[in-house]
Amino acid sequence: MHGYEFYVDPSRCIGCQACVKACEECETHRGQSMINFDFIDRAETIATAAYVCWHCDEPTCAQVCPADAIKQDEDGVVHSALKSRCIACSNCVLACPFGIPKIVPKYEQMMKCDMCYDRTSVGKRPMCATVCPSQALAYVKTEDIAARREKPSNIFYFGNQKITTQVYMMTPPDTDSVTLDITAFMWEQTHAGR
Amino acid sequence: MAKSPATPEQLEADYGPHLNYTPEGGWSKESRTTPDRLVKTHCCFCGQQCGIQLKVSQNQVIGFEPWEEFPFNRGMLCPKGVKRYLQANHQDRLLSPLVRTSGGFAKASWEEALSLTVRRLREIQERYGKDSVAVFGGASLTTEKAYLMGKFARLAVGTRHIDYNGRLCMVSAGTAYKLAFDVDRSPIPWSEIPKAQVLFVIGANIGECAPITTDYIWRCRDNGGKLILADPRMTPISRNADLFLPLRPGTDLALLSGMLHVVLRDNLQDDAFIEQHTSGFEAVKASVARFDPRTAGEMTGVPPEAIEKAAHWFAKADRAIAMHARGLEHQSKGVENCSALINLTLATGHVGREGCGCTMITGQGNGQGGREHGQKCDQLPGQRSLLDPQAREHVARVWGITPDELPQPGYTAQEIMNAIHAGEIKALFSICFNPLVSLPEADFTREALEKLEFFAVTDIFLSETAHHADVVLAGSLQEEEEGVTCSAEGRVIHIQQAVDPPGDARRDSEIICDLARRLGKGQFFPFTTPREIFDELREASRGGHADYYGITYEKIDAQMGVFWPCPTLDHPGTPNLLLGGVSFFPDGKCRFQLAEWRESGDPVNEAFPLYLTTGRVVSQYLSGTQTRRIGALVDIYPEPLAELHPRLAEQYGIADKDWVTVTSRRSEITLRASVVRTIRPDTVFVPYHWAGRKSANMLTHRTLDPRSKIPEFKVSACRIQRASGPIEGERD
Repeated sequence: MHGYEFYVDPSRCIGCQACVKACEECETHRGQSMINFDFIDRAETIATAAYVCWHCDEPTCAQVCPADAIKQDEDGVVHSALKSRCIACSNCVLACPFGIPKIVPKYEQMMKCDMCYDRTSVGKRPMCATVCPSQALAYVKTEDIAARREKPSNIFYFGNQKITTQVYMMTPPDTDSVTLDITAFMWEQTHAGR
Repeated sequence: MAKSPATPEQLEADYGPHLNYTPEGGWSKESRTTPDRLVKTHCCFCGQQCGIQLKVSQNQVIGFEPWEEFPFNRGMLCPKGVKRYLQANHQDRLLSPLVRTSGGFAKASWEEALSLTVRRLREIQERYGKDSVAVFGGASLTTEKAYLMGKFARLAVGTRHIDYNGRLCMVSAGTAYKLAFDVDRSPIPWSEIPKAQVLFVIGANIGECAPITTDYIWRCRDNGGKLILADPRMTPISRNADLFLPLRPGTDLALLSGMLHVVLRDNLQDDAFIEQHTSGFEAVKASVARFDPRTAGEMTGVPPEAIEKAAHWFAKADRAIAMHARGLEHQSKGVENCSALINLTLATGHVGREGCGCTMITGQGNGQGGREHGQKCDQLPGQRSLLDPQAREHVARVWGITPDELPQPGYTAQEIMNAIHAGEIKALFSICFNPLVSLPEADFTREALEKLEFFAVTDIFLSETAHHADVVLAGSLQEEEEGVTCSAEGRVIHIQQAVDPPGDARRDSEIICDLARRLGKGQFFPFTTPREIFDELREASRGGHADYYGITYEKIDAQMGVFWPCPTLDHPGTPNLLLGGVSFFPDGKCRFQLAEWRESGDPVNEAFPLYLTTGRVVSQYLSGTQTRRIGALVDIYPEPLAELHPRLAEQYGIADKDWVTVTSRRSEITLRASVVRTIRPDTVFVPYHWAGRKSANMLTHRTLDPRSKIPEFKVSACRIQRASGPIEGERD
C-alpha cells in the first residue's frame, strides 16, 4: 500500500515481542494483540518467530466462513470477522493453512491482523513493523528489501494448495516459493507436476 | 535504625509493585486517538535512547507513536519502549514525601521532609565529620541532574563520597578506553556497524539488552558481513552467528589473548599501524606468547580451531568492529578484558577507519552522559580528573569557589556500601539507585542499610531499597523534566518535558537545589530551569575531553543529536573519536595495555562446581523499579528462572519448570528451572531484575576489579539441588 509491502523474516526475530505489545496500541483493537508469536522450541533453540496475517489473495478463512463474516477490502486486506455476523464457529481457525485467525472468547468473535488498516490506509506504517527492532517484520519499499540477503516470496504450497499472499516471506536467495509440506519433497509429488 | 518500618506484605500492599496494563482512562478513551500533542523525546530506559513520541492529553502521558525520523532507531522500539508510558499515572507513584514512623511510612509536607533531612545530615556531619555522609546518584538521571549531584555532594553536603550506579554497569570499559585512548566513549557511531566485514561481539546479549542494535548487525550481514559471537549462552542474535564461541564464564581474557596470539603467530598484525599510532606493543606481544590456541582452548572451552578461525577472520578483514558489553566488563578483571579487546583491535589496525573500531555498548539510559560530568567519585565535569590541579582550578572558577574547597576523590559505590557496613559512613542520600537489588551480596547490602543512622531516598516509586529510608522524597519521571542524555554511540540528545510531576511530587533538580539552599549553599544553586544547569555544565565541561560547550538544546533538535566533543558553537560535533588512529593523548598515540590473567574472585571448586552468571531479559530494565510495575512487560517474563542445560539438569534429576535451589558461598535462592540446550552445561544463568528471596544478587560476591571497582556479576561459583517448592513465604 502506498508503495510499501509487508515482509516477514523469522530468521531475524529476536523474540523480544515488541510487535506483540505494539499491536495492542492500535486504535482499531485497543488492548488486543493480533500478532502470532512463537518460541519455536525453547528447550532446543533460541529461535522465535513473529508473524502477521499473510492476507491471502483468495483467503481460505473467508471461503469457509458459513456466516459470510470475513471480508477482504479493495486493498486486499482481510479483516477480522464482522461482529454482527460472526458466530464464533471456528471454521476459519481450522481452515487457515497459516494458523492465523483466533476466536477471542470475551468478544465471541474471530479477530486477526488487519495490517493496521487504520494506519496503513492513510499512509502510516503498521505498529508492529515500525517498532520491530530486528526488522523481522518490515513494512518497506521494494528497493529497501532488495538490499537484504534473503529474497521475498509470496507463493506458498500446502500440499496441492497453492496460495499467493499480500505479505511476503523472506526466503533463502535461491528459493521461489515456500513449501511447508513434506509431500512437496517426495518424488511422486514433484513427478506429478505442481 | 534504618530497618524496614513495616512488613514486606504491608509495604507491597501500599506501594507495590502493582501491575498496570491499561492507559490512563482505559483503552477506549477518545483522547487516545486525538491527543493534545505528540512530544518528540526519547525512551527512558536503556542506553540506546530510542527516539519516541509521547502522546499527551490533559497533562498525562496516554500512549506513544513511533518517531520514524529519528536516525538512530527510525521508529523501532523494544517492548519496554512500547509500554513505558504505563509507568505514568501508576497507582504506586509517590505523590508526596514520606517520613518513617513506628507504624510505617507517613505522608509528609516538603517542609517537614526537607528540614528533617537537612537537620539529620548536619547533626551526623557535626558528630562524625563531613565524610560520614555519602551520596548515591544514578545513570538514569539526565546529564543536568548527574552534574548537579556531583556539585551538590561536593559543595552543598561537602563530602568526598559521591558515586553512582553506573559503577555496576561498565566502568571497567571506561577505564580501559581511558588507558588506551584517554577518552571514555564509544569511539564510533552506530552507523559504522553495517560497514564492517566482520563483527566480533563478545559478552553482549544484544538482542535482549540493546535490541535496536540488532538491526545494525543484520544490516551488516546483508552487506556480506560475518558475525562472530562469544558468549556462554546462545543469546537471540546467535541464530545468525557465522561463528559461535561458547566460552566458559570469566575466561574472555584467555580467548582474546589466544586470538591475539594467533594473529601474531600468523603474522596478520598491521605493523604500519602499530608503528605509527601505538605504544606498548612489545610488552603485550610477550604477554600473549603463552596463549597458544590449545592453551586458550583449554582455559575457555572453545575449540582451538574456532579461536584460530575467529582470529583469522577478524585480522584478515579490511574492516572489522569488536563490540562488547557487560559480559566482558562485569568481572574482577574487567579492565584487563577490555584492554585485551582493544589490544586485538589495535594490533590488527582496525581503529580510526571507516567500518572499523572497538566499541562498548553502554547499558543504562544515560550510562554515557551520567559518567561524564562529576557524578563519579574521582571526576569533575568534562570527564576531568578530580586529582588534576588544572581541572580543579577550572571547575572551581566556574563554581565560584577556590580549588581547596573541592574535596578529594571518595569511595566508589560498593566501597561506600562497605564503609556503611563498617560504620565509617553513617548517612546516605540516594537518588535513582536501588542497591538492594543491584549490588552484589544482597544480605550484606541489607545489613549495611540497617546500620545507617540516616537514609534519604529520592525516587518515583518506593523501591526495595527505599523501604529502609527515613525520608523518601517524591521525585520526577524522565518525562517530567527537560534535559539531555548521551546515548551509547555518544550522541547527546534532548529529553523533553512532556508533563508536570503529579500530586506533590517535584522535579528532581528542584529538590536538590532546595536542599542545597537549606544547607546554606544556595548561592551555588540558583537554578530555576534545567537549561540554566546545562549552560553552567557547558562552561564546566569546556576544554575537557567531554566538551559540551558548543552543544545547545536548539542544536540538538536541529541536528537530531550532537556527538561530543563539541568545543564551539559552530562545531558540528564528533561522531568518530579516533579518526586516523589519533587518540586523545597529547602524543596522539593509542596505548597497548598489558592485560594479565587473574582468577575469578569466587572460584569454582568441588563444593561449588558450577559457574553462576547473571544478566538481563528483554522485558525488564535494571533493578525493575519501573518495569516490574508494567503488567504487559511482567507477562513476558514474570519471575527469575534458573537456566540449565539438559545435561546438567539430568545429572541432578531436574526437569523443566522444577524448583531448583542455587547456592553460592553467600546464600541460596530457589527458583523454577528453565532447561534449555542453549547454555553451557557447566553454567547456571539467572537474570537479576528482581528483589527478595529470588534475587540473583543474593548469590553474587563483592570482589571488585582493582582499578575500576566494578563487581564481578558475571562469574560466581555455585551448586544446585532439586527443591520441592519455593522457600517458605515465597509465592509460586
